Amino acid sequence: MSQIILQAKGINKSFHDPIKIQILKDIDFTINKGEFVSIIGKSGCGKSTLLYILSTMDTDFEGELLIDGESTKNKKEGQLALIRNEKIGFVFQFHYLLNEFNVLRNVMLPGLKLGKYSEKEIEHRAMEKLKILGIESEALKPANQLSGGQKQRVAIARALINDPLIIMGDEPTGNLDKKNSNIVFDIFKELAHEFKQTLLIVTHDNEFAKSTDRIIEMEDGRIIKL
Amino acid sequence: MNIKLIITIAKSLLLARWKQTLVAAVGVTFSITMFITLLGFMSGLNDLLDGLILNRTPHIKLFNEIKASKEQPIDLSDKFKGNYHFIHSIKPSNARQEIYNNGAILKTLKNDNRVKGIAPKIVAQVFYNVGAIDVTGVINGIDVEAENTLFFFKDYVTKGNYIDLMNVPNSIILGKGVADKMLANIGDVVQVTTPKGDRIQLKVVGFFQSGLQELDKVQSYASLATSQKLLGKSNNYITDIQIKLNDITYAPAIAKEFAKTFEIDAEDIQTANSQFETGSSVRTLISYAVGITLLIVAGFGIYNILNMMIFEKMDSIAILKATGFSGKDVNAIFMIIALSIGFFGGLFGLLFGFGLSSIIDQIPFNTAALPTIKTYPINYNPKFYTIGITFSLITTYFAGLFPARKASRIDPVVIIRGK
Repeated sequence: MSQIILQAKGINKSFHDPIKIQILKDIDFTINKGEFVSIIGKSGCGKSTLLYILSTMDTDFEGELLIDGESTKNKKEGQLALIRNEKIGFVFQFHYLLNEFNVLRNVMLPGLKLGKYSEKEIEHRAMEKLKILGIESEALKPANQLSGGQKQRVAIARALINDPLIIMGDEPTGNLDKKNSNIVFDIFKELAHEFKQTLLIVTHDNEFAKSTDRIIEMEDGRIIKL
Repeated sequence: MNIKLIITIAKSLLLARWKQTLVAAVGVTFSITMFITLLGFMSGLNDLLDGLILNRTPHIKLFNEIKASKEQPIDLSDKFKGNYHFIHSIKPSNARQEIYNNGAILKTLKNDNRVKGIAPKIVAQVFYNVGAIDVTGVINGIDVEAENTLFFFKDYVTKGNYIDLMNVPNSIILGKGVADKMLANIGDVVQVTTPKGDRIQLKVVGFFQSGLQELDKVQSYASLATSQKLLGKSNNYITDIQIKLNDITYAPAIAKEFAKTFEIDAEDIQTANSQFETGSSVRTLISYAVGITLLIVAGFGIYNILNMMIFEKMDSIAILKATGFSGKDVNAIFMIIALSIGFFGGLFGLLFGFGLSSIIDQIPFNTAALPTIKTYPINYNPKFYTIGITFSLITTYFAGLFPARKASRIDPVVIIRGK
């Protein structure tokens, strides 16, 4: 019996401006611990919107979202931030590294925010994550001196720093060339299989999706295949 | 909230845009510098002008006014009680100007803890004899040491040594104007005539310049003993008791009390010189207004720069929020940025303000009216420095408040999806 990490219960979302458009309709699904799931669908089908709801960043929706068995309803902004910090790792299409800090510091930031370990311990853990991703030699460089592929790997390391329950990715390979895409994809696979990391990746790259454990297909705001 | 982490992030953001930060901080520094300098200079000037009067005016003066008695003989008569009396041509009686029983009064005053110090004085009307001409004048018999501690007598003796007045018998310190009229130099002997017609010769040991020329043309100083001799009085004769209080604001109340207790006339400084306070307070008000205006302008500068920084750092703010920093944390980051600009800008402002004040303090400023002043007056009151740093923090706090709130409300989804 595998443990349910994330559960969506009847999620509906509409945009009201300028006219009411329903983006998501009755989304229901669960993600178990250790699953490597991809969400695919055409542009505009609502898959990114869904991901932002699942990530707790978007709270303007109907229905219920349970993360680690805990409902996110009626939680304050600060509490949601804490959930994101502790339980969710994020990889975006764009890397979003802070240029003011070096690579190591970028990876450490969410860990320092959580404050579960001492700064030394976090630094040690950050180096380990960078080692897993094969970029430990770049650790002390400023973030803006890295190549696109390297930056995305730093972003993955940053997502991993607090050992999150789940890593969410929004087209994490969307901005990368074929070679770097493959590297990033291999990393995800390695994380899923060797480290039993739960992953939820939004992509429109069918090839990428095919090699994941489970595909959720969306069309016009509905899940058409679980 | 992890304060240390928040500060580190704020610091990095600040240093990443150090040129902008510098411009913002220089704005604060400039305004605080001007604030400190302006107030220091202004209140230095105020002190100087007040000092002209305050230094030489006792807070309370006890004396016997020459006036008609309040109780006329008819008031004492039972026969006319309850009637209204019209009495014409009342004249003051032959009352002496001497303060009676002054030994006891002086002793009481010395034991009063509201009183900072007392200086007895004799005011004697005289004629200075210049050849065939007699010039009217006043000789103040003073207790040289008390006069110096309370009224900075030494500062106004421009030539000669003030202490000679005590050490040399039958000596006089002439007002500069008097000396010029009499063509007297130090060491010369001058002759004065008392109202009773006695002629006395006095040795000039110094010149006195008060800054008020009219006064210098009339006044001279001699020791108490010399004055008593001059007037042919005993050695307990004094006409005035000058009192300095620890707190000048109580002067009117205490003056009334003393007048009643000692049955004497008492005049407080506020009544005697009501005009000078108005001038000082208006000048101070203007300096504060200018200083605070400068600070508010600097505040707008900080507001602009923070707004720009938030616009530039949208992505960073979004990712901080996505990775678990709450709106509160982001708000704190930008408040720390604003306040540290205010704090460091203000700190340098205080230093530069002190520097500029010290430079102004060195600029020569000579005027015949103010013999003791050689350079521009500056007041280094720590109060101004405290107000300066407080205001710089308050202004930057308000300048940071709105941009920080804006930053804390940035929706990471909007930013991230917008890419």
